Amino acid sequence: MSAEERTTGPLEYRTEAGRMSILGFWIFLGAEVVLFATLFATYAVLFGRTADAPHPAELFEPSMTLIMTFLLLTSSFTCGIAIHEMRRGNAKGLATWLIITLLLGLGFLGAEIYEFVHYVHEGATLPSSAYWSSFFVLAGTHGLHVTLGIGWATLLLIQLARRGLTNVTSRKFFIVSLYWHFLDVVWIFIFTGIYLIGMVI
Amino acid sequence: MALDEFFVTGEPLIYAGMVSIALVTSAIIFLLTYFKKWGWLWREWLTTVDHKKIGIMYILSALVMLFRGGADALMMRTQLAFPGLEFLDSQHYNEIFTTHGTVMIIFMAMPFLIGLMNIIVPLQIGARDFAFPFVNAVSFWAFFLGAMLFNISFVIGGSPDAGWTSYTPLAGAAMSPGPGQNFYLMGLQLSGIGTLATGINLMVTILKMRAPGMKLFHMPIFTWSTLVTCFIIVFAFPILTVALALMTIDRIFGAQFFTLTGEGLPMMWANLFWMWGHPEVYIVILPAFGIFSEVIATFAKKRLFGYNAMVWSMIIIALLSFLVWVHHFFTMGAGAFVNSVFSVSTMLIAVPTGVKIFNWLATLYKSRIEFTVPMLWSLAFIPSFILGGVTGVMLGMAAADYQFHNSYFLIAHFHYVLIAGTVFACFAGLVYWYPKMFGHKMNERIGKWAFWLFLIGFHICFFPQYFLGLDGMPRRLFITNIAEWLPLNVISTVGAFGMGAGFAVFVFNIYYSYRYSEREKTGDAWGHGRTLEWSTTTPVPFYNFATVPYVDEIDPYVRMKEEGKTTFDEKKLKPIHMPSYSGQPIIMMSFFALASFALVFEWIPLAIAGLLGGVACMAFRSFDYDDGYYVQVDEIKRTERKARGL
Repeated sequence: MSAEERTTGPLEYRTEAGRMSILGFWIFLGAEVVLFATLFATYAVLFGRTADAPHPAELFEPSMTLIMTFLLLTSSFTCGIAIHEMRRGNAKGLATWLIITLLLGLGFLGAEIYEFVHYVHEGATLPSSAYWSSFFVLAGTHGLHVTLGIGWATLLLIQLARRGLTNVTSRKFFIVSLYWHFLDVVWIFIFTGIYLIGMVI
Repeated sequence: MALDEFFVTGEPLIYAGMVSIALVTSAIIFLLTYFKKWGWLWREWLTTVDHKKIGIMYILSALVMLFRGGADALMMRTQLAFPGLEFLDSQHYNEIFTTHGTVMIIFMAMPFLIGLMNIIVPLQIGARDFAFPFVNAVSFWAFFLGAMLFNISFVIGGSPDAGWTSYTPLAGAAMSPGPGQNFYLMGLQLSGIGTLATGINLMVTILKMRAPGMKLFHMPIFTWSTLVTCFIIVFAFPILTVALALMTIDRIFGAQFFTLTGEGLPMMWANLFWMWGHPEVYIVILPAFGIFSEVIATFAKKRLFGYNAMVWSMIIIALLSFLVWVHHFFTMGAGAFVNSVFSVSTMLIAVPTGVKIFNWLATLYKSRIEFTVPMLWSLAFIPSFILGGVTGVMLGMAAADYQFHNSYFLIAHFHYVLIAGTVFACFAGLVYWYPKMFGHKMNERIGKWAFWLFLIGFHICFFPQYFLGLDGMPRRLFITNIAEWLPLNVISTVGAFGMGAGFAVFVFNIYYSYRYSEREKTGDAWGHGRTLEWSTTTPVPFYNFATVPYVDEIDPYVRMKEEGKTTFDEKKLKPIHMPSYSGQPIIMMSFFALASFALVFEWIPLAIAGLLGGVACMAFRSFDYDDGYYVQVDEIKRTERKARGL
């Protein structure tokens, strides 16, 4: 709307358009919280309903999920550094740290795909039981979000190379970082709620 | 797939539907070509991001959907009054009550209200467009294409037939094979995503784009109702998204969420559906309350009584709306304790609603009421809605609900709240703001005919249904040749046709007024406008406000009129930033609609292609740095002087 521009403060907050986009994205994350909460509730209700398929405790392994957790938590940290570099006006630092973030994300995705394939080989598939349906859909929705986030951030890196740091590009990077941290928070719930509890019970 | 499986065959009514679709489509194509209007259609409407035009498109689509849902209703009533005629067979009847409910809630009530919000909310808060005009266009096309996808089901592939609630296991792949139920899932999914985006968009618009000085508690009550509704949308619609996705995965990819095999839980669908569905009820009633509040204050010529109480009662209703969903299935057998908790929370909602009723009455008290058409709809709403509300409390009593459950008593109850609440409000709001949208009023005399026909028809149609319910007539029944039920059913059908006549007169009035109504010369069409939308000129310039007034009170336009202030202060003019029109929203959503259509028939490669196309459009949009243009001061001066006759 109004194009009046502030001259101080972080680039992404200087225009009204930037501030509105960021608020809009926070509200969108609120809706995402509800989306994942519904999936978690579904998972909780269907917990233990494995029918003839293997029980999760037979399949879940601490080593694999711990590796995934470390990859994703570290990526959140490097994403934070990327935004810190952006705030310092260092486009190169932003790009470097964001690329590291995305590589960690890719590592996470690879591990998740490996894990899913492994489960399928053991007879735990999407159609095998209500429990495994809810498991694959919950973890898969998170994985799909990570995939989209990687694609999205890659597009932004191209824009950064073309345009450098502006009000608009820094707003986009800030928003993608919010998204990335959000996925990390969801993963913490998946790690504890699905894997840790699933291994014990 | 063979062609005769693709198209629905063997049903004369559906052949008639096909012929009329073909005729209307070719008539539209012919007219657009003959008058060389394709370019105009594309430039002015299909690519628009102007909230006023998008709002008009929403309302037009909603009126078409009201016609479709109404035609379904009349067919059902005909069957029920003359069960011996065998007008509909059981399958066709199932399809019709399913599409009637779905169309009316998802594709009529919500888009009608969202259309009014689109046009009015930015004008009421002194904004020049939505926070995200591009997203607004995306939302509209998501809704529109979702609605079209759902509506073609009756000629292609077959309609869904498991009720608008689509309870599993009936709606699952085992008991409802074929594309019908998929149309329901994909049509709702597509339009639901549009609704969610609109909710976020309007929330940011209201929170960030109010006129200088306007605090939240200075906002017009319709804007308040929109803000509260958006809060419900943002927190309820993701639940529907998940529920629909889970059933889609069940049906297409063989998952076991709601199945009877694989230890699935069919009743979980009912929970997820109503965890969205009950808040949804308030999504369509709160904006209606907002409209009535505006209309009543305007034609009682008084400030709305108890403004703060009105706002707080809406907020409380919104919070409670998330805590009552189990009352839709008390008979599921959750146990006395659970039922009692939800029974109490349900009855609690009557308290803030009662507060609102008394506030409207107090606004009317000792006022000089002007009986215009929008005011008639609003006055008729109060007693009619109370009948629906009180029977709602009766249904909310868990023990008694075992008697009322799934009977016509329930049907009568929710039609009393949804028609007397939402539909009356849509008509009231459309007539009230019509001059703002189209530059002329709707004819009052014909409008009163439409009102009385619809109102009397409505009571004749639905009041007997309370008694049919108490006499034990279950809903969704297509054979009613039980002697005790027949007289009331016939009366009810007569009323339904009365409502149909009222709607026909209403639509005729749109045409009549377009031809013969006097064109508006001032912005304040009714002469008693209290809020900022009436301070703009008519027709509203595309940038809405040349200069945005400073607002520090409720009903700011009352004082502006006293002090002779307008929204055109030549000394304060500055270039206005406006967004550019774009064809991307309709193209992007067409790809997603193609993917949805492919998923309906489970053509996975085509679905993937459509999805990739849609995602490619989003990537394209990400690289699009078009940030609009500036309207120069000279142009604003010219436009305003012409509109104001200076």
